[in-house]
Amino acid sequence: MEVLMGSYIIRRLLMMIPIIFGILLITFLIKALIPTDAVTALFSGTVTEDKAAEAIAQIRAKYDLDKPWYQQFVIYVGNVLQGDLGESIRTRQPVMDEIGYRYVNTLILTAAALFIAILVGLVTGIISAYYKDTWLDVTSMSVGMMGISMPAFFFGFVLIFIFSVQLRWLPVIGRGNFESLILPAVTLGFIEAAALSRITRSSMLDVLSREYIRAARAKGLSETFILFKHALPNALLSILTIIGLQIGNLLGGAFIIEVIFGWHGIGELAVKAIQWRDFTITQAVILISAGTYVLINLVVDVLYTWVDPRVRYD
Amino acid sequence: MTALLEIKNLQTEFKTEDGIVRAVDDVTLSVRAGEVLGLVGESGSGKTVTALSILRLIEKPGAIVGGSIRFDGRDVLALAEKDLTELRGDRISMIFQQPKVCLNPVLTVGQQIAEVFLRHRSMEKKDALDQSVELLRSVGIPSPETKVSAYPHELSGGQAQRVMIAIALALTPRILIADEPTTALDVTIQAQIIELLRKLCETTDTALIIVTHDLGVIAEIADRVAVMYAGQIVEEASVEELFDTPQHPYTVGLMQSMPTLGDRRQRLNMIPGSVPRPFHMPVGCRFSPRCRARVEHGLEKCLTDPPALTGETRKLRCWLEGKE
Ligand SMILES: Nc1ncnc2c1ncn2[C@@H]1O[C@H](COP(=O)(O)OP(=O)(O)O)[C@@H](O)[C@H]1O
Ligand code: SF4
Ligand SMILES: [Mg+2]
Repeated sequence: MEVLMGSYIIRRLLMMIPIIFGILLITFLIKALIPTDAVTALFSGTVTEDKAAEAIAQIRAKYDLDKPWYQQFVIYVGNVLQGDLGESIRTRQPVMDEIGYRYVNTLILTAAALFIAILVGLVTGIISAYYKDTWLDVTSMSVGMMGISMPAFFFGFVLIFIFSVQLRWLPVIGRGNFESLILPAVTLGFIEAAALSRITRSSMLDVLSREYIRAARAKGLSETFILFKHALPNALLSILTIIGLQIGNLLGGAFIIEVIFGWHGIGELAVKAIQWRDFTITQAVILISAGTYVLINLVVDVLYTWVDPRVRYD
Repeated sequence: MTALLEIKNLQTEFKTEDGIVRAVDDVTLSVRAGEVLGLVGESGSGKTVTALSILRLIEKPGAIVGGSIRFDGRDVLALAEKDLTELRGDRISMIFQQPKVCLNPVLTVGQQIAEVFLRHRSMEKKDALDQSVELLRSVGIPSPETKVSAYPHELSGGQAQRVMIAIALALTPRILIADEPTTALDVTIQAQIIELLRKLCETTDTALIIVTHDLGVIAEIADRVAVMYAGQIVEEASVEELFDTPQHPYTVGLMQSMPTLGDRRQRLNMIPGSVPRPFHMPVGCRFSPRCRARVEHGLEKCLTDPPALTGETRKLRCWLEGKE
């Protein structure tokens, strides 16, 4: 069993390589189609035309931007394989230095949001299913519907307005400490909690109508015991799949939230990098988020085998 | 001897989009300690709903709306939820038609047996698991020491039903309700399971209510039989009386449609017509549209007045009574 699982994980990790290679290739193709590059963006409007042309050409040569895109691609992949993500054209600093701590920040934000989403989503979903069609259920589902239909940035602004501007409990802009984590994590977490709550409710309702639940009642087990020991583990199977899918949303959502709350994560960096056309940074962000996404999906799949005895990988 | 379980005028309904369906209408039954009562009838006649009603396992949109159920001197319908759950799985237990879907797919066989000990007896987890192994052995599961940590998907249908039986009889209940325990199983396994039920209930003096649409099963195991049609009991008798002298035209029809021994699947003379649909109950006797005896005897009353269940030890719901 352990051996099987080990070889499964290795195979999945190997499968990541072509996926990430493909993603990089696509981004390079897109880059080739965009007319302005980092260097023109850097010099636009700052110096006179002819002087600029010379400087631009020099910098282009330094960063291999004068070569055709496929050559750039080969050089880039070669560097990445040696652990070198390149140098920012804007700041002239190694991308790794900038991206490392920001990646940790993004992970902290995402993990905190995921924690809130799972806590709130599961609890409200279970309550809704258990008290189906009562006011508790209706209220929680209506609030959830608002959560799903409301754009993240709007919800973020509402929270900022209430807790930072009016009540002055929490900072408006992130400083990387715990207090400035609360609002962005809650914003992101609640939006995801809404979807998770609906899924939890529907899979709990599905499970609660199964025959093994009736058989469990026939054994004289208490409703609470049946709910948590018999129904929830089964419902978790479909919930886990959704959580896996949602982590993609969560990472994407984190980018927007980081900008709104000034949280120094890779999302906030990516937005700046796009404005600067600083492709080395954008590229690194894409590489890291894609890798993270694929890895998390692997973790979810492995968790799945742990929860569902019927699933075996071979 | 007083009855262990006494069901009087039980009525169970379901609210549906089209209206209220009364699946069980005026069922009166009693079970004595240690006896085997067969409940037989075509599919849709309300056998399962009756069986579930006894343990109050009817779920919304269904509800027991009338009658009384007394077990061991206690009013089951009046029990608080907590007292009810103490009864379930301990004093009265139940097994179902589809054993494979009655076991929780994410819990091991051992966990699912042990939890009845943990719920109803103060017992250490380890002792409960040891007991589970013994129970598995007693229901004829091969290599019980390993099967105790198996998951339901690793069991065959027959093994799953044996596990269900082990769970149901773990605490030697007074009554076991078995709802079509062999219907979903291989023909070759059916007889083994019936024999196992008979043997175990006999040794523990557990009364058995066996629900089936198969008169062959009844003949093999039951002491007494109640025949159900369209939510009602139409005839009740000892198994010998019923097979020797069936009185209700429906029972007679069932007997005639009983497959010959040796080939259970082949039905000979099916009763023409079908069980009335919920919203199209005949006004008089519910069997009247399909009843040949009514035509033969020219009974007009059958079409207007519903007959009542009459008699003491042998009961009948038919206007024909005493006419022959
Ligand atoms: N959950 C339900 N909702 C609506 N009607 C039901 C439900 N369960 C049973 N019934 C009704 O009760 C009738 C009898 O069902 P059942 O007791 O399962 O029959 P049997 O076990 O004899 O085959 C069905 O024909 C159906 O009309
Ligand atoms: S009451 Fe009449 S219709 Fe009903 S079974 Fe008896 S004879 Fe047939
Ligand atoms: Mg049935």
